[in-house]
Amino acid sequence: MYPENLFYTKDHEWIKVEGEEAVIGITDFAQKQLGDIIYVDLPAVGKSLEAHQAVSSVESVKSVSDVYCPVSGEVTAVNSELAQNPDLLNKDPYGQGWIVRIKIKDKSELNKLMKASDYEKYVEGLEH
Amino acid sequence: MKKTRLNAVHRQMGARMIEFAGWEMPVEYRGLIDEHLAVRTRAGLFDVSHMGEIFIEGPEALACVQYLTPNDVARLSPGMVQYTALTTPEGTFVDDMLVYCLSLPDRYLLVVNAANTDKDYAWVKEKSAKFNVQVTNRSDDYSQLALQGPLAEKILQPLTDINLGQMKSFNFAFGKVVGVDCLVSRTGYTGEDGFEIYTLSSNPEIIWKAIIDKGTPLGLLPVGLGARDTLRLEAKLMLYGNDITDKTTVLEADLKWIIKFQKGDFLGKAVLEKQLQEGLKKKLVGFEMVDKGIARPHYPVFINQEKVSEVCSGTFAPFLKKAIGLVYLPIDHTEIGSEFEVGIRDKKLKARVVATPFYKREKSK
Repeated sequence: MYPENLFYTKDHEWIKVEGEEAVIGITDFAQKQLGDIIYVDLPAVGKSLEAHQAVSSVESVKSVSDVYCPVSGEVTAVNSELAQNPDLLNKDPYGQGWIVRIKIKDKSELNKLMKASDYEKYVEGLEH
Repeated sequence: MKKTRLNAVHRQMGARMIEFAGWEMPVEYRGLIDEHLAVRTRAGLFDVSHMGEIFIEGPEALACVQYLTPNDVARLSPGMVQYTALTTPEGTFVDDMLVYCLSLPDRYLLVVNAANTDKDYAWVKEKSAKFNVQVTNRSDDYSQLALQGPLAEKILQPLTDINLGQMKSFNFAFGKVVGVDCLVSRTGYTGEDGFEIYTLSSNPEIIWKAIIDKGTPLGLLPVGLGARDTLRLEAKLMLYGNDITDKTTVLEADLKWIIKFQKGDFLGKAVLEKQLQEGLKKKLVGFEMVDKGIARPHYPVFINQEKVSEVCSGTFAPFLKKAIGLVYLPIDHTEIGSEFEVGIRDKKLKARVVATPFYKREKSK
């Protein structure tokens, strides 16, 4: 149900490692909870972030929530498509709905994140 | 948590369920924006069985309802509905509600907010003690469906023996919907034409499914509480707890039209008369965001850097495609065009008072 090649956080972000860099987005569970997303606030390229620092905020009709950086790093690209089509987060949260790309500062921080099977159990726990 | 008789159907239809006022209710099915637009352009079907139904019956029912409410119930003949409120002696709100005149002058139905049903029932019981009436809370016996949108009549007419073409806005009739005994009123909480259907049937699923079957080919969608809230706000219909409370008077809420001072005594009359003479200090106004941002309930509101208020209701309006809201502002700042700021997270963003309702349909009925 959740892609195996990603790491997950308790705040419902996913991170996909590609060499020294990583792509970050929010999970399918997160987009369903938020509902129709109408605005995504993106950071500046070059911004340095600590793990758990807010990297973006995602606003739906009903609520607004922060997206936290799963690991420390520096923003190398943002998904500017989201400015025009914020609903990509709803339609394709693991693909076209990616939010930012970062250069990872310390790969050992990835060890603290959940694998797909752990995240799936975590979400099941929230739903009951 | 209470469940409506349609709970299983909502789950079958893929609804996301939430708790609201002690009830497990569908918040959305396919998506809030799609559901909102379906109601504005075609039709939507809501389960609003959580709403409260309180009956006031007896020889002095009319006199009792007159005393409890600011609007003039004597203007209703059987088959008519009125928007009004339950007021405190301070002229503030116990609740807002619809009153149905079932029989003149001895049978009235109050349809109240789910979150307030128990409070309202206790209030009405207490305040009606001096009248020869019986008060009954039948909220758990009734299911209520709302069919709203420009195609509502077209969808419902083939399913009912009631002549809907003859039914004007804020009127009702008894009849059958797919063979089930119902009360059907031309009322709603969306700003669109439409109907609210009340039934004592233990199986309202029959009605729900028949409307879905008839309406789906015409673009009808089931609609959850999420879109119900955005629809009502576009139409500037009040939400108790956000826009009107026991701390705000009927005049401050800009609902003077539901006060009929000449009708005789009612709870809160003296205070409201005095407030009218002395003038208001604050009033509820509609606003839209000028800067990019969405104001939400409880966000702080500033005039000249000073916090003067908090947002009551605020959302992104899916049909109007802008951020709108309601707020109480100092009376000298309530003119259309007046600007102020809303604290949205770490920023103060500009907003402007606008004419309301934000959305008004072209009326045919």
